[in-house]
Amino acid sequence: MKLALLIPVLPLIGFIINGLFGKNLSKSSSGLIGSGTILGAFICTAVVFVQFINAGSVATEVTAFDWLVIGDTTLSFSFYVDQLSLIMMSLVTGVGFLIHVYSIGYMHDDENFARFFAYLNLFIFFMLLLVMADNFLVLFTGWEGVGFCSYLLIGFWYKTPAYNDAAKKAFIMNRIGDLGFILGLFVMFSEFGSLQYTEVFANAAQYSESNPAILAITILLFIGACGKSAQLPLFTWLPDAMAGPTPVSALIHAATMVTAGIYLIVRSHVLFDLAPETMWIIASVGALTALVAATIAAVQNDIKKVLAYSTVSQLGLIFIALGVGAYQSAMFHLLTHAFFKALLFLGAGSVIHAMSGEQDIRKMGGLKKILPITHITFIIGCLAISGIPFFSGFFSKDEMLAHVYNDSICLWVIASATSALTAFYMFRLYFLTFSNGFRGSEQQKHHLHESPSSMTTPLIILAVLAAFGGGLGLPMELIGIEHAHFLENFLPDLEDANFELSHQSEIFLMMGAVALAVGAWLLAKKIYKEKKTLPSDNVTGIQKLFVGKYFLDEVYEKIIIRPFQLLGNALYIFMEERLIDPIVNAFGTLAVAKGNFVKQLQQGNTGFYIFGIVTGVVVILIANYLIWFR
Amino acid sequence: MNEITSTIQVVPLEYYIFLSVTLFSIGVLGMLLRRNAIIAFMSIELMLNAVNLLMVAFSAFRGDAKGQVFVFFIMVVAAAEVAIGLAILTMIHHNRGSVDINALNKLKW
Repeated sequence: MKLALLIPVLPLIGFIINGLFGKNLSKSSSGLIGSGTILGAFICTAVVFVQFINAGSVATEVTAFDWLVIGDTTLSFSFYVDQLSLIMMSLVTGVGFLIHVYSIGYMHDDENFARFFAYLNLFIFFMLLLVMADNFLVLFTGWEGVGFCSYLLIGFWYKTPAYNDAAKKAFIMNRIGDLGFILGLFVMFSEFGSLQYTEVFANAAQYSESNPAILAITILLFIGACGKSAQLPLFTWLPDAMAGPTPVSALIHAATMVTAGIYLIVRSHVLFDLAPETMWIIASVGALTALVAATIAAVQNDIKKVLAYSTVSQLGLIFIALGVGAYQSAMFHLLTHAFFKALLFLGAGSVIHAMSGEQDIRKMGGLKKILPITHITFIIGCLAISGIPFFSGFFSKDEMLAHVYNDSICLWVIASATSALTAFYMFRLYFLTFSNGFRGSEQQKHHLHESPSSMTTPLIILAVLAAFGGGLGLPMELIGIEHAHFLENFLPDLEDANFELSHQSEIFLMMGAVALAVGAWLLAKKIYKEKKTLPSDNVTGIQKLFVGKYFLDEVYEKIIIRPFQLLGNALYIFMEERLIDPIVNAFGTLAVAKGNFVKQLQQGNTGFYIFGIVTGVVVILIANYLIWFR
Repeated sequence: MNEITSTIQVVPLEYYIFLSVTLFSIGVLGMLLRRNAIIAFMSIELMLNAVNLLMVAFSAFRGDAKGQVFVFFIMVVAAAEVAIGLAILTMIHHNRGSVDINALNKLKW
C-alpha cells in the first residue's frame, strides 16, 4: 500500500523536469516524460487497486508525513485508499494518460510544448491529491491546486488578451466557491475538532437530522462544489474556459477537475445525508443548471462551446442525482461522462486541428469522408451522451433518471427534457460538422487531413470506453439477475437507500427516455441534414434568450462588476489620490528638505571632518561618563 | 614570560595610562592642528600606538595574553593602512603638487 505514495509523486517529478529543464529538452522527450510519468502513475494505481482487492477491500490510510501539529491536533499529509478514491485515481490517471498522448500530436507545432506538459503534469498531481486525500485540508490543497492549474492552462496562449480574461474569470469565479469551501472547513473544525474524514464522519453520525451546524457545513461545501463543478450561479466561467487548448478542455473542463465538486459531495455524503434541506437545494440547483445549459447548448455555433454547455448540463444532471441521494448512480454517470465527454472534446480537437483552428460549425460540414476515424469515434460519443441503448451513457443516465423519478416527478421531467435536448444538440453538432458539403474556404479545404496516430489512438481507446463503459453498471436485475451491478457491489456505502421503484416502471422509464432521445435525433437529422438549415445570427423570440446565454454575463456585469469598478474608482480617487498619496509625498518632500539642510556640512574641508570626528568621540565619552559614573 | 611581566609591573599601571593618554592626546591635537597630510598620518600612528601601549600594559598587569594578541592585529592593520595611505599621498602629491589637507576639498556635495 506504500506504493500509493508514489502515485502523486510521479506527475510531480514530470512537472519538475518539464518545468525546470523543458527549454533544453526536445519535444519528443518532454512529451515522453510528460505522458510517461502519468502512465507510471496509472500502473501504480492499477497495482494498488489489485492489492486493495486482495487485502479484502478495507479502506486504508497511507501517511506521507505529519503536516501540521498544533497542540493535540495533528493534521497529517496522508492518503485514503478506498473504493471511491481508487475509482477516481484510475479515472484521473487513465483518462489523463490518454489525453497526454493526444496532446503530443495536438500541441506539436506549439513553441511552449514543454511548458504545456509541465502544467498538465502539475494538474494531475493536484488532482490526485484532491481525490486521494484522507482529510479535508489535503483535499483543499488539491482543490486550490487544480484551480490554479486550470487558470494557467486556460491562459496558456497568453498573447491573446481575451484568453487571459477567460483565465482570470475562471480563477475569480472559482475563488467565490472556494470561499464557501474554506468557511465550511472552519465550521467543520470548530464543530468536530478535526478534518480527518474518519473522525468527522464518525462524529457526524451522532448528530440529528437537520442540525444547524451540519446544514451550515453542507451548504458551504456545496457552494464550493458549485464553483468548481460549474453550477448556477457560478457556471459562466466554464464556457469561457474553452479558450485553453482543446486537450485541456477535455481533461480539466470535462473529465476530471469539474467533477471535483461531485466527488466532494459523494465523499462527504454522511454529512449530506443528515441535511435534507441542502439535498433539496442541490437537486434544484442541478435541475436549473441542467436545463439552462442545455437550452444554451442547443443554439451555440462554436464546436467547443456546445460541448462546454453540454458539460455544464451533464454536471447539472449528476447534481440532481446527488440531490436525491443516488450517489452511486452519480459516480457511474461521472465515469461514463468522463469517457464520452473526453472523447467528444478530443474529437472536436481533431476537427479543429484539421480545420486549421476554425471552431465555427457553420463553416464545417462534410468532414465524414476526410476524417474517418474522428467521425466514427465522434458518433460513438454522440450516441453515448444521447443515451442511445447499449452505449455507456444509456445505462448511467437511465439509472440516474430512475432514481430521480423515484424521488420527485418534477425533477424527473426536467431531467428527461434535458436528456432530450442533449440528444438534439449533440446530433445538431454532429450533422452540421460531418454531413452535407464542406462550407469552409478553399484554403481550409485544401488543408483538411486526418490527425496523426498519436491523436487518433486515444480517440479509439476512449471510443471503446464510451461504448462499453456501461458494463460497469449493467442493470442486470431488470432481466432477473440480481447482484450483478459492478459499481453497486463495489460501492455498497453509496447505495440509494430509498430506492423502491419496481422493475416494470424502470423499464417503462427507460423506453420513454430512449423514445425521447431517438425522437430528438431524428428531429436534428430532419432540420440539419435533410433541410440543410444553417443556424443564422438573426434569432427571434425565446431563442434570443438562449443565444444571449440568459444574459447572465450581462447581469453580473451590471450588478457585480460595475458596482465594484465604481467602488474601486471611488477609492482610487478619494483614498489613493486625496489621502494616501499626499501623505507619502509629504514624507518624501520632508526628507529632501532636511537633506538639503544637512548637506551644508559636507563642504569638502578635511580638517573640519576630523574636527567633527574628534568632537563626536569626546561628546560620546563625556555622555558615557555622565551616564555610567553619576 | 613571568620575568617580563614582573619587570613591567615594577612601574605602576597609572603611569602607563598617563603616558598613553598623553600620547593619544598629542596624536589628536596633531590631527586637528596640522594641515600637512603626512603629519596627520603620523598622528594617526601615534594614536594607534598609544592604544597598543595601553593594551600591553593591561595585558601584563592582568596576566592575560588576549590584549597582546589584539596588539598584533592592530600592528598588522596599521602596517597595511600605512602602505595604502602613503601610496595615496604620493599620488595626491604627484597630481596636485601639495599634501595640504585643506587643498583636498573637491569631494563635496
